Amino acid sequence: MPVPDELDLILGQHIGAPCMPTVAKRSEVNEGDVVGDVKKGLGVPLHAPVAGKVKNIGMSGHPMRTSAPSLTISVNHDTASRVYEKEEWESKKAADLLAMVHDAGIIGIGGAGFPTHVKLNPPADTPIDTLVLNGAECEPYITADHRMMVEHSSEIVEGAKILLKILGIGKCIIGIENNKPDAIAAMKTAAEEGSTYQYLISVNALKVKYPQGSEKQLIQAVTGRKVPAFALPSAVGLVVQNVSTARAVYDAVALGKPLSEKVVTISGKGIKRPANLLVKIGTRVRDIVDYLGGLNPGLSKVIMGGPMMGFAVSSLDIPVTKTTSAVLFLTEDEIDTRPHSQCIRCGWCLDACPMGLEPKEIGLYVEANRAEDTEPLGVFECFECGSCAYVCPAKRPLVQFVRLAKMKAKRKA
Amino acid sequence: MFKTATGIKQVFRRIVIEQQASVNPPSQPVGLWKVSVSPHLKSNESVAKIMWTVVACLVPPLIMSVFVFGIQTLIITAVSVISCVVVEAVSQKLLGREITIRDGSAVITGMLIAFIIPPGVSPLLPILAAVMAIYIGKHILGGIGYNFFNPALLGRAFLLASFPVAMTSAWLPPLHDGSIFKYFGTSIDAVSTATPLAVMKEHGFAAFTHAFGSGPDLYLNFFLGFRPGCIGETSGLLILLGGLFLIYKGYTTWHIPVSVLGTIAFLTWVAGGKGLFAGDPLLAVLSGGALLGAFFMANDYVTCPTTKRAQIVYGIGIGALTVLIRLKGGYPEGICYAILLMNPISPVLDGWLKPRRFAPPLGGEK
Repeated sequence: MPVPDELDLILGQHIGAPCMPTVAKRSEVNEGDVVGDVKKGLGVPLHAPVAGKVKNIGMSGHPMRTSAPSLTISVNHDTASRVYEKEEWESKKAADLLAMVHDAGIIGIGGAGFPTHVKLNPPADTPIDTLVLNGAECEPYITADHRMMVEHSSEIVEGAKILLKILGIGKCIIGIENNKPDAIAAMKTAAEEGSTYQYLISVNALKVKYPQGSEKQLIQAVTGRKVPAFALPSAVGLVVQNVSTARAVYDAVALGKPLSEKVVTISGKGIKRPANLLVKIGTRVRDIVDYLGGLNPGLSKVIMGGPMMGFAVSSLDIPVTKTTSAVLFLTEDEIDTRPHSQCIRCGWCLDACPMGLEPKEIGLYVEANRAEDTEPLGVFECFECGSCAYVCPAKRPLVQFVRLAKMKAKRKA
Repeated sequence: MFKTATGIKQVFRRIVIEQQASVNPPSQPVGLWKVSVSPHLKSNESVAKIMWTVVACLVPPLIMSVFVFGIQTLIITAVSVISCVVVEAVSQKLLGREITIRDGSAVITGMLIAFIIPPGVSPLLPILAAVMAIYIGKHILGGIGYNFFNPALLGRAFLLASFPVAMTSAWLPPLHDGSIFKYFGTSIDAVSTATPLAVMKEHGFAAFTHAFGSGPDLYLNFFLGFRPGCIGETSGLLILLGGLFLIYKGYTTWHIPVSVLGTIAFLTWVAGGKGLFAGDPLLAVLSGGALLGAFFMANDYVTCPTTKRAQIVYGIGIGALTVLIRLKGGYPEGICYAILLMNPISPVLDGWLKPRRFAPPLGGEK
C-alpha cells in the first residue's frame, strides 16, 4: 500500500528494553536512518521506514497497552524511496553477519518478537545442529507467511543460508502445513535450487492443526524432539525462525535494508476488501482501513493479531509494529459472545491442550478463590493458545482464568 | 490495561466478560465494538447442543419400548421428563440460581430415569425419583457439573430401596404383535414375568433357555429388544446406534463403553458359566442394562473421570463390579450400583492418572 502521511513508530516494538529516541523533535530523517536504539539490555535499533520529519516524540496508541511512547514521523512524499542493490555476503564472516542482523533491527516476525540476533547466538553449552523455519501459519485467518512463501521463496531460502552461516551449521528444515500446497511446491523448488553441498535445505509438509505455529509444537512435528518445559529450543539443538524473519534477514544482509516494513493480513467480514498488504512499520490501522475501502456495517471486534491470541482494540489509531501479523475486523457472527456457565467436566479442554495440562482444573481453582495454588497444575507451561477456551462447550473463559492464576501464583512465589 | 490483580478480579466478579468500548471514529461508522481477551473465536458446540443431541439419541429406544412393552412406557417417560424439568426449575428458583431448564440436561435425566425402571410400575414413581435425582442428587450439591453421583441412577437406587416389590417385579413380557394397548389399564400382577438375568440367577440356565429360547433367535430377540426388562434398556441395536452416533459426533469417546462392556464380557466368559471359561459373553452384554449403562450413563461427563487413562480404569471397575453383583450379589443386575459405586472415585482416578504433560522441565519436576 502507498505510504501514508504519518507513521507512529512505537519505541518498545518487542520483548525486551524499549528504544530511546536518537533523533530530536523536528529533525529531518532519511529512509533507513536509525531513529531509536537500545543502550542497555535486550533490544535492536529502530529505523525510519521513509524519509520525513520527526513531528513529535510522545504517546500513541498501542495494541496491548492503551498507549505507549512513540515517535511520529510526517512523511516527505517528495523524496524517492531508496533502491537497494544486492550485495555479495558469502565471503563475510559469521560475526559480521550477526551484527548486520542486529543493526537491521530484526526481531521474530512470527509474533513473539524476540530479537533475532539473540536467538542466533545460543549459549555455548547447547550445540545447535538444525535450523527450523516456521512456515506453519500461526493462527487461523492469517495468510501473510503463506503469501510470503509463494512469492518470495528464493529470498527465504537465501535468508536461511545466511542464518545457517551465522549458526555455523548446514541443515535447515522448513515446516509448512499441507493446506498450503502452492507454498510447499514453491518452497520445495527454491530449496532444491538453493541447496548446496554446504547447506542442505528441505521442506517438511505437516498435518494441519492448531497451534502448530507454536515453537514447541512445530519442533515436535518437524523433528520429533520435545523441548522441556521452561527451556529454549537450543536445549534440543535447534533454532527456530519464522519464514518471514528469514526474508528480513535476507533483506538486511544481502540488500542492506533494515526491517521497516512487513506483510500484514487484513481480514474478516468487517472490512470492505480483505488483503495481505506490505505496509511500513508505523502505519496506522485507520490508514489501512481507508486504503481498503472502509469498514462494513456489523463490525463488532477489531483485533491486532490472530483470532486465537490477538488483542482486541478499541481504536483505529493504532500503528502496525514489527510483530503485527494481522489486523482482523470481525463481525457479530464471527465472534462468540454467549455467556459462560458451570464446568460440566466434559474433559474436552484436556484433549485440546497441546501442553497436556488440565485447563478445567485451573478454572475450578480460580473460581474457588485458590488461583495461587495452581502452579503444580502447570499454569506457567501454558502459552495461552486459546484451544481450551475454543472447544469449551460451556464457553468458559479458560485463558482468562489461566492469566489470573499465573498472576496470583507468581505473587505467591 | 489493568494495573493490579485486584482490578482484574473485579472485572471477573462482574462476570461481564465483554466490555463495551465506545468508539466514535469520525470517518467510520459509529458503533460499539467489543473488547475482550483472546481467543476471539469459539467453536459452535454448547452444553445445550450436546444435551439435546443425547436426548435425540434416546428417542429411538423410547419409541421401540412402546412396541415392546406398550403405550404406558411413553406415559411413564413423559411424567418422568416433565417432573425432572419442573423439579430443576423449582430447585434453581429456591436456590437462587439461574434457571437453565433449556439446556436439556434435566430432560436427559428424566428420560434415563424412565429407561431404567420396569415398564409396569405406577407412573407416579418417577416423580419421586425426579425429586431425589434433580434436587438432592444435583442441585443441593451445586448444580450441573458438581454432582458426584449420576442423578438418574441415584433416582433409581432411591426407588429400588423405597419400592422394592414394584421395582423388582413389575416386568412385562414383550409384545410381539404390536398390540401396544394390551397392558394399558390392566392389573400388572396378572401378566408380570421375570427378567432374563433374574431367571438365570434364581432358576439356572435350563430354566432360562426354556423361557427365552436358545440359538440365533435368542440373540436376535435380545438385540432387537424383545425381552422383559427396564423400559429403555432392551433394544441393544438402537442403543448401540445412538451411542455410536455420539462417538461419531465426538461427544463421547470409546474408552468408557468399550472398557465397561469388554470387562463384563470377559469376566462373564471367565466366571459366568459352569466351570471356568464357559460363560456367554454376548448374552451378558445384551442382558440387563449393560449397553444402556455403558453408552449413556457410565460416560456421563460430570460423574466420569476426564482423562482417558482414568476413564479406562473406571470402565473396568464398573464392568467388574457389575459382574460381581450379577454373579454373587443379591440383585440379578448390577450395573446401576456399579456405576454409582465408581462415580465418587472419578476425581481420585483423575488425580492418579493425570494427562501426560508435553515435556517435563529440565532437571525434573520441582
